[in-house]
Amino acid sequence: MNLLYSADEESLRDSLRALLRSRSWSPDDGFDPDVWRLLTAELGVTGLIIPEKLGGAGATLREAALVMEELGRFLAPVPYLGCAVMATVALRVTGDTQILTRIADGSACAALAVPFAGPLPPVSVVDGALTGRVQSVADAMVADTLLVPASDGGLWEVAADGPGVVRVPVVSLDVTRPLVDLTFDGAPGRPIGPADRAVAAAFTAGSALLASEQLGVAEWCLDTTVDYAKTRLQFGRPIGSFQAVKHRLADVWVSVTQSRAVARYAAGAVSGPDDDLGGTEQRLAAALAQSHCGPAAVRAAEECVQLHGGIGFTWEHPAHLYLKRAKTTSIALGTAPAHRHALATLLTLDAAALTEPS
Amino acid sequence: MPDVRALARAFRENTPAGDSADFLRKRFDAGLAWVHYPEGLGGLGAARSQQAIVEEELAGTPSNDPRRIGIGLGMAAPTILRHGTDAQKQRFLRPLWTGEELWCQLFSEPGAGSDLAGLATRAVRDGDGWRITGQKVWTSMAHHARWAILLARTDPELPKHRGLTYFVCDMTAPGVDVRPLRQLTGEAEFNEVFLTDVFLPDDLRLGAVGEGWAVARTTLMNERVSIGGGATPRGGGLIGVLTDLWKTDPGVRSAAAQDEMMRLWVAAEAARLTGERVRQQLAAGEPGPEGSAVKLAFAELAQKITGLELELRGADGLRHDDWTMRRGELVDFEGRSPTYRWLRAKGTSIEGGTSEILRNIIAERVLGLPAEPRTDTTVPWRELPR
Ligand SMILES: Cc1cc2nc3c(=O)[nH]c(=O)nc-3n(C[C@H](O)[C@H](O)[C@H](O)COP(=O)(O)OP(=O)(O)OC[C@H]3O[C@@H](n4cnc5c(N)ncnc54)[C@H](O)[C@@H]3O)c2cc1C
Repeated sequence: MNLLYSADEESLRDSLRALLRSRSWSPDDGFDPDVWRLLTAELGVTGLIIPEKLGGAGATLREAALVMEELGRFLAPVPYLGCAVMATVALRVTGDTQILTRIADGSACAALAVPFAGPLPPVSVVDGALTGRVQSVADAMVADTLLVPASDGGLWEVAADGPGVVRVPVVSLDVTRPLVDLTFDGAPGRPIGPADRAVAAAFTAGSALLASEQLGVAEWCLDTTVDYAKTRLQFGRPIGSFQAVKHRLADVWVSVTQSRAVARYAAGAVSGPDDDLGGTEQRLAAALAQSHCGPAAVRAAEECVQLHGGIGFTWEHPAHLYLKRAKTTSIALGTAPAHRHALATLLTLDAAALTEPS
Repeated sequence: MPDVRALARAFRENTPAGDSADFLRKRFDAGLAWVHYPEGLGGLGAARSQQAIVEEELAGTPSNDPRRIGIGLGMAAPTILRHGTDAQKQRFLRPLWTGEELWCQLFSEPGAGSDLAGLATRAVRDGDGWRITGQKVWTSMAHHARWAILLARTDPELPKHRGLTYFVCDMTAPGVDVRPLRQLTGEAEFNEVFLTDVFLPDDLRLGAVGEGWAVARTTLMNERVSIGGGATPRGGGLIGVLTDLWKTDPGVRSAAAQDEMMRLWVAAEAARLTGERVRQQLAAGEPGPEGSAVKLAFAELAQKITGLELELRGADGLRHDDWTMRRGELVDFEGRSPTYRWLRAKGTSIEGGTSEILRNIIAERVLGLPAEPRTDTTVPWRELPR
């Protein structure tokens, strides 16, 4: 598999950087509607993986991974993962066309009503009305359409500001990707297809692509820390000339270099037809990506804070935002230990399964 | 671009596989040895990635164990190709590749390891050649080698990096004395090599006089890629040894050990994909600094994986296979006992540049962090403390 970036991907990267570089966000901005609009209208990246006949760009998840990488690098507060990746993949799998068309033209923003840390038992459904609670949902505050896995096995479309839906913002560890608690109390909805495969596919694609976001986060942390180490003087020399500092940064560079290879692999692995998203190789690549790239980003962010000293511990310096993003993404969509366990199962290495008499 | 597959197929059809050395010589002459090398030197001037096609087409035909000819293949060959004269390329590359002539690396000395440029072995002009005198150490496979790549000091009055010259050393020349040096594995892969007034004709000099350091950098860059840089399938190599044990021996399995094993599996797969990506980045030419990442990761992984294997084996991990002093033939991580693997892996973070030195290289050359203040690079070598 090609693990490099194509010329098209590099030019998409340039456009994204041109758009994002000029922006700055305060730590309280959970959403930047302006950037979201530009991503939709100017770059068309919110519809990147939506088929052309529905008004999207018909690209693969590889290109969307590149968007994730840049959004991670700039920590842009937009619901790209929730809407343009996970909800979109779920909708593609159900065969929906209506909502996808509206996401592509920017008139809708959808979110899967599942906890960011992983799927939970679904919301109950009686006579077409949904009742239940889903906590700590990402990218749902700004969504107008919620996709709710329900007890009948279906995925339901529910209007986010419709009757019977209450959204309570959570004080989130990562303020740049705020979570909400959702309560459905007899909320009317429309079934759009079976939930299981759609949600599983969204999680596989989401895990695979979250690795690219983690790569972008880790790279920002490494670059920023290296720049600082070159200019910050102590004991009459740049702190980056001290070997204790150098070796730590060299180790971060190695793990970021590995993250790039792993993230590219994962993005490539999930870029085939949607039917393959449940395949062993796709799930394996996604679990590998989260086992490696999550912890690698956390480490890069931790070193960033540490090697900046006091300034790295302030609210003013952006290091803490990257630290919070890195740590929350390492828990989101399953922790590294959970993904390692999934890998063991996929590779038939799980001790419990091996020991069971067959 | 040559049609590599068609050439390989035609070669296979038309070449009897009878005598192995003869077959390999013919393969070299057909340009199918290393396709990214120039025509006439075992290659076709094709992309490096095309080699896989040749290997696929010629699978099952006589071949060389890359571990046996590794030093020649991974270090001497790229250096000769880059810095050698046409005559040197013609003379050395074919028997190097066919394995008829093995190579070793006479770089390290008792006083110069990490600080290779500080070496003391002297090369002094003598008519149309050079006289070499000094002591080399840790020289792997010197006891089998026909030739060596040798770094020696031609001018002690210059700062250390500037007074070096690179040679090909004839290991059969009078004055070359190879003595085995036993390792912690019990055997002797490496040697001490004493060089006493060894005469080398000037046509064994590789690169210009005083340019030895630049030539040596080509060797070192390639060495780091060649250690741990080869393509392996997923789950292959040392991690495969561990997972095979896990699958076949219920006694080693536990929930706690499983997570530790899976951490290593993930690290091995991440390192493998990184190696794959580095290979994709390599145009036919020089490996970039990413090679250092590959070598660094390989060393750490090899040590952790073999260490966990011993722990999983528990009481069996207390028993070694054989401490007999032998002169090692090749490094075989998978063939011997788990204790051998674990011990041998300790060398991986020392040979070919220690892990500390590799971190320095990454920090300074890749990340551009400032060098430590130092004085040893500006004064004449003769004045340095030793
Ligand atoms: C199995 C094996 C095979 C080998 N084969 C060959 C061969 O075929 N040919 C050959 O020429 N050589 C060979 N070597 C030698 C190898 O390249 C050297 O051992 C190595 O470069 C280290 O040099 P040294 O042993 O002198 O240790 P030193 O350089 O003295 O290092 C001792 C310790 O100090 C650390 N250190 C040194 N300088 C620094 C620094 N600036 N910053 C931080 N830490 C530092 C090192 O990392 C190491 O931990 C082999 C070694 C081994 C183990």
